[in-house]
Amino acid sequence: MKGCEGQPFPEGRVFSGRRVHIDGPLVLGVLALSFFGLMVIYSASGESWQVMWRQSARLVLSVVVMLAVAQIPPGLLRRLSPHFFLAGILILTLVLIAGYVGKGAQRWLDLGVVRFQPSELMKLGVPMAVAWLLTRRSLPPRFLDVLLAIVVIVLPAVLVVVQPDLGTAIMLMISGLLVLFLSGARWQHLLMLTAVALAAAPYLWSRLHEYQQERILTMFDPWSDPLGSGYHSIQSMIAIGSAGLAGKGWLSGSQSHLEFIPERSTDFVFAVFAEEFGLIGVIALVTLYVFLVGRCLVMAYHVREAFSRLLIGGLAMTFFFYFFVNTAMVSGLLPVVGVPLPLVSYGGTSMVTLMAAFGIMMGAYTRRHLMF
Amino acid sequence: MTGALTPKLKFYPGRHWFVFGLMAVSLALLLVRAFQVQILESGNLQRQGEIRQLRTYPVKPVRGVIEDRQGEILAVSTPLDAITADPRELRKVQEDWPRLANALKMSVSQISSRLDRYAEKKFVYLRRHLPPQEADQIEKLGVRGVASQREYGRYYPAGSITGHIVGFTDVDDQGQEGVERSFDSHLSGVEGYKRVLIDARHRVVGDVESIRQVHHGRQLRLSLDLRIQAAARRHLRAAVQANQAAGGSAVMLDSRSGEVLAMVNMPDFNPNDRGDLSGERFRNRAVTDLFEPGSTIKPFTLSMALAKGVFSPDSKVMTSPGVHYVGGRPIRDIRDYGELSVAELLIRSSNVGTAKVAMELAPEELYNTLNAVGFGRLTGVELPGEQSGRLLKRERWRPVDHAWLSFGYGLSSTPLQLARAYSVLANGGLLRPVTIRMGNRTETGTRVLPADVVREINAILERVVTEGTAKRAAVPHYRVAGKTGTVHKIDPDGGYQKDRYQSLFAGFAPVSDPRLVLVVMIDDPRGDQHYGGEVAAPAFSGIMADALRLHAVVPDAPAKLTQDTARLGVPDSDA
Repeated sequence: MKGCEGQPFPEGRVFSGRRVHIDGPLVLGVLALSFFGLMVIYSASGESWQVMWRQSARLVLSVVVMLAVAQIPPGLLRRLSPHFFLAGILILTLVLIAGYVGKGAQRWLDLGVVRFQPSELMKLGVPMAVAWLLTRRSLPPRFLDVLLAIVVIVLPAVLVVVQPDLGTAIMLMISGLLVLFLSGARWQHLLMLTAVALAAAPYLWSRLHEYQQERILTMFDPWSDPLGSGYHSIQSMIAIGSAGLAGKGWLSGSQSHLEFIPERSTDFVFAVFAEEFGLIGVIALVTLYVFLVGRCLVMAYHVREAFSRLLIGGLAMTFFFYFFVNTAMVSGLLPVVGVPLPLVSYGGTSMVTLMAAFGIMMGAYTRRHLMF
Repeated sequence: MTGALTPKLKFYPGRHWFVFGLMAVSLALLLVRAFQVQILESGNLQRQGEIRQLRTYPVKPVRGVIEDRQGEILAVSTPLDAITADPRELRKVQEDWPRLANALKMSVSQISSRLDRYAEKKFVYLRRHLPPQEADQIEKLGVRGVASQREYGRYYPAGSITGHIVGFTDVDDQGQEGVERSFDSHLSGVEGYKRVLIDARHRVVGDVESIRQVHHGRQLRLSLDLRIQAAARRHLRAAVQANQAAGGSAVMLDSRSGEVLAMVNMPDFNPNDRGDLSGERFRNRAVTDLFEPGSTIKPFTLSMALAKGVFSPDSKVMTSPGVHYVGGRPIRDIRDYGELSVAELLIRSSNVGTAKVAMELAPEELYNTLNAVGFGRLTGVELPGEQSGRLLKRERWRPVDHAWLSFGYGLSSTPLQLARAYSVLANGGLLRPVTIRMGNRTETGTRVLPADVVREINAILERVVTEGTAKRAAVPHYRVAGKTGTVHKIDPDGGYQKDRYQSLFAGFAPVSDPRLVLVVMIDDPRGDQHYGGEVAAPAFSGIMADALRLHAVVPDAPAKLTQDTARLGVPDSDA
């Protein structure tokens, strides 16, 4: 709000009840990235206007959600966190029972008008619940709270992994663990948990689907099975590699337009982007993501209230790891797990969730001097 | 600040730096990877992409059209499609086989056995020569690994009328018989190559570049006249059927140009529907089958005698008692003709008289004359499988060889060779090369017989038709000259077969200005008649009459014309 200079808080927005809680740089960054995303989706979909309209509609909806969420006071958000989490668990259970099967996995819940992926909502629910849990008492958390947090992290992940959706499950765990880690949980506790996890790893490995195991194995040598499990990696690496420095130009990526790249609008959209815009485009995209994450971390740094700070930090880093896991997977650094490229991949729920996360961050940041 | 609902978070620099470090390492990994893939391995990955996206496809040339001398189309290529498959891809989608098989009108087991046989290959034909419309529908099924490839099928509008001459091509568009074979390189053109872009489902998306330009085949115009050809076939078939013969041939030459105007054989075949016919039927007997020309040789024997000046047409030769022994072997006439003039020897076709005349001359002279008119030598016509026949130059001539050669035994000839020899008579003694291609040849030919001798012989040959053995070869309104021949078929075991014959007639018209030379050979007539004058001459008359009319040759027997018009009731100009 203008004209508030000289107040105890330099920005003078303490009593800005009427103000719209937005952060300019973040919104600009988000819109720039979304615009990039639309361009790539247009190319990847074979220049389909139908796909464009649907994605644009989602984008508008998501921005509205972002702005709406930003208006929610952090205190209310904190009080809602456990309920939101429990509701999420309930819906996930429901999905397993009555979910719509798409692409071989039960991920979608059909609401009549739209289908959505409840597991996406848990990407907010898990860090919120962990942050709520740990900030009930003073930090660093006690061991019992750490254990409780682990339960909060692992339970939804288990529900998601049996859908089966390994990628989302991993990302849920990462988002929760980041919050736990940032909360200052003791090293010895964390090391102990790591040891338990490593001990359980062989059992978990045996419970993975065979195709998931193969994907992890062929990551190390995709060319050993070029037509089978290495197919995705090889085709996307050819797309990325054949681009060279400057790329083949927008709408001119041969690998993507000849349909060699699988899932080219969703999980492998980065391959389409890299083929058409080359190394220069990749560096530009990375810069944009780093700018967004950096802005979020700056916002977290300025927020002094524990719940919001933990949540912003956790969400910002989750956003970064989303980006990293997807690009690393598409460029053959990590095994192929189904993780979309945030804000760019075609798909509704993921975009809404991300925008809501940005809304949470902005809401907390703009109220950082407000005590509630 | 103290009123915060949650405790103020302690600042944990270690935690932040740890997470920052993790992010920095991740970013570095990502950028290094991008640099590695996009710069260092770019070339290699580009090649990998091209291997997957680019294919080299052949571009089939369109085979040239074959036409007759009027421009009637005798062979033309029509676009067809072959359905091809990449066995490695198609084997992956067994569930699509039934509907593919259904569309191809094949059984699933046929498809699977083909795929098994070519399992290691990248390419196999599933069906060939499908109409493009059907091929489109199969392509629309979108079965993985299945594609169509343009090719050309050959269609022969004249069917069996020109079957032996035009020949046919195989499924790969290669000439197998006839001019399709002998002019294969002229007709077939040169295959081109193009680079095409394919998508992940192995469908051709577009052409990238032409690697080698396709050169389409050239057109070929034959000297055949389809109308005469059709008439010749009709008359020959009628003669073969009427005489219950095994087969037959007819060859018509334009004596002025050496062009083949018609060439038909029985039995024949339809090149559009060959089915599983045997190679026997595909044989172009007019150039591949040899027979002994028999009495049709006599004009050349006598022309030699006339040329030497030893005999004149009126010289008398005694043929009684109808049998004459040379070297202890008998030479027989059909009956005792008594004393005959040289002209009458030809008109009655006396073996005894011809042999006696020939014996007055050196055997080498007879050999040279027959060789000069082309016996024993290839005509050089552009048709596959031509036989040269046999005319032996002996070290030492036995009298019996000499005598038998004079009336056409002991040498062999194709119908085309015999027609060429008669074209020498029609040309007034000039030998011209024979060709199946139409062109405006102006070669004058080489003189092999003196013009005045040929004139005398031709006058006698006309009398053969008007008063001799070949009255049935006559053509109303035209003067026709020619000679019959009836030869015993050679027994494969040696010697001659007693009751098996070949009936011949060779001649030309119009005598006033000869243009058309025709040879008719009927093989093994099993009816009541076997003499050339009775079996082959009527077919000759029919073919020659049609050809003269079709070429609008001015009739040179006007007396008959007035008689006929009078009979038709046309008023006399004087009336």
